[in-house]
Amino acid sequence: MSAALVIRNLRKEYRAGVPVLKDVSLEIGGEGLTAIIGPSGTGKSTLIRCINRLVDPSSGQILFGGEDIAQLEGRALREARRRIGMVFQEYNLVERLTVMENLLCGRLGYVSVWRVWLRKFPDADIERAFELLDTVGLGEFATRRADALSGGQRQRVGIARAVMQGPELVLADEPTSSLDPKTSVEIMELLAGLAKARSIPVVVNIHNVELAKRFAQRIIGMAQGVVVFDGPPSALREDHLIQIYGGQGWLE
Amino acid sequence: MSAVKRQAFAPNWIARGLWLALFVYVVYALGILDVSWDRFVRGLDNGARFLGRMFPPDFGAKKLDLLWEGMVESFQIAVLSTAAGVILSLPLGLLAARNLMPAWVAWSARGIIALCRSFHPVITAILFVKAVGFGALAGVLALILASMGFISKLFAEAIEEMSLKQVEAVRATGAGFFNVLIMGVLPQVNARAIGFCAYQLDSNLRNSTMVGIVGGGGIGAALFTAYQRFDYDFVLTILLAIIAVIMVSEVVSGQLRKAFQ
Repeated sequence: MSAALVIRNLRKEYRAGVPVLKDVSLEIGGEGLTAIIGPSGTGKSTLIRCINRLVDPSSGQILFGGEDIAQLEGRALREARRRIGMVFQEYNLVERLTVMENLLCGRLGYVSVWRVWLRKFPDADIERAFELLDTVGLGEFATRRADALSGGQRQRVGIARAVMQGPELVLADEPTSSLDPKTSVEIMELLAGLAKARSIPVVVNIHNVELAKRFAQRIIGMAQGVVVFDGPPSALREDHLIQIYGGQGWLE
Repeated sequence: MSAVKRQAFAPNWIARGLWLALFVYVVYALGILDVSWDRFVRGLDNGARFLGRMFPPDFGAKKLDLLWEGMVESFQIAVLSTAAGVILSLPLGLLAARNLMPAWVAWSARGIIALCRSFHPVITAILFVKAVGFGALAGVLALILASMGFISKLFAEAIEEMSLKQVEAVRATGAGFFNVLIMGVLPQVNARAIGFCAYQLDSNLRNSTMVGIVGGGGIGAALFTAYQRFDYDFVLTILLAIIAVIMVSEVVSGQLRKAFQ
């Protein structure tokens, strides 16, 4: 199986001389859910945000679909972003827009300014949005405003928005950290199902090791800006967790 | 128990000093203004005579014609200048938002806004009367400048206070700049922008009665003439009409803001 996403020697310094990511190299396969675990402030979010260039890497390569995303600018970068869906910790829906409008945001890379202004999105897009709302169980919510939804519902909309892009890769930056345990499981089920149904890779940053083990086919452990574990959940042992998070009192 | 009382709130000596300085200055300013009780009492007398001559207000048919003509022109000045001001302000405000624009663009836009704000509408009205002659056009131009100063400044601030997370999410879908504006920025600032515009219409209505005094057209001209001819009864009619219009506009703009919450 060829790798869909290849990261080579990725390095990011927000302040000169203080690298958050230290030469990270990874290959993400063509499908399945990959979970990245690690303590706060270890560069997980930075890594994910470098992939769609919400953060500009300091050096290194991000090869995706035959292009080095790290080098793209302007239109080429926007076209690469269209193919990458993103799910955020705090959902990042446009609060004052309706659920339907938020979903259609996923098509903004394809629809002209004029049509967006008049809300004349192609019928096919609207039809797909309704189908997706049904799949995430929000069929009745299309005309509701996003700020009227609960956290779990918002994250479902966030996922649906990413899927609307017809992505070849989905990134999720701690999608469950603001949710209760039951809803977290439901959201992870959605993401895992998405990876399977569309045969695309889904990369998830996650704090909850149990959830990661339960849903991911592969776990990447990061500590202090480097990858310290990379393998299937079954290979993740206690000493790895100690290496990733440090200390051991919390494991008991 | 420890003998030393611990300090829970740090004293802010700079703030205290500034308050004290302000107090001292107010006392000093009162001292040199020569406000005395004597003068106040004499003034009351004068005022009573003045008010007496205002009653009853003059509702003669000829005067009402004059009033109607002036009010209509003032209203037109207010609406035109607000509409043009808003259309010019939105792009200017956008350019002045430091979180969306490169620094040099934002600072130049801010320079233009500061220029619009530096003069009171009466001063710019005098300039425009000299430039384009007496009449409503001068008033409209003066109030357009005033509107631009106000709306674009507040619009830029509204944009700077919006949630960047929402914008980031829209940008992450691969949307171009204008699509990000329409779906990520506008929804967040829309309601507030409409609030500013309603407020500016309100304030332009008030200002439009004033630019007439310096020759900018509208009811202000009639008001000024009435004062100079000592037609105090007609002055009262005009004042009552202005108060009525402002009150109505208050209600209307309140409803407008509510509708776009």
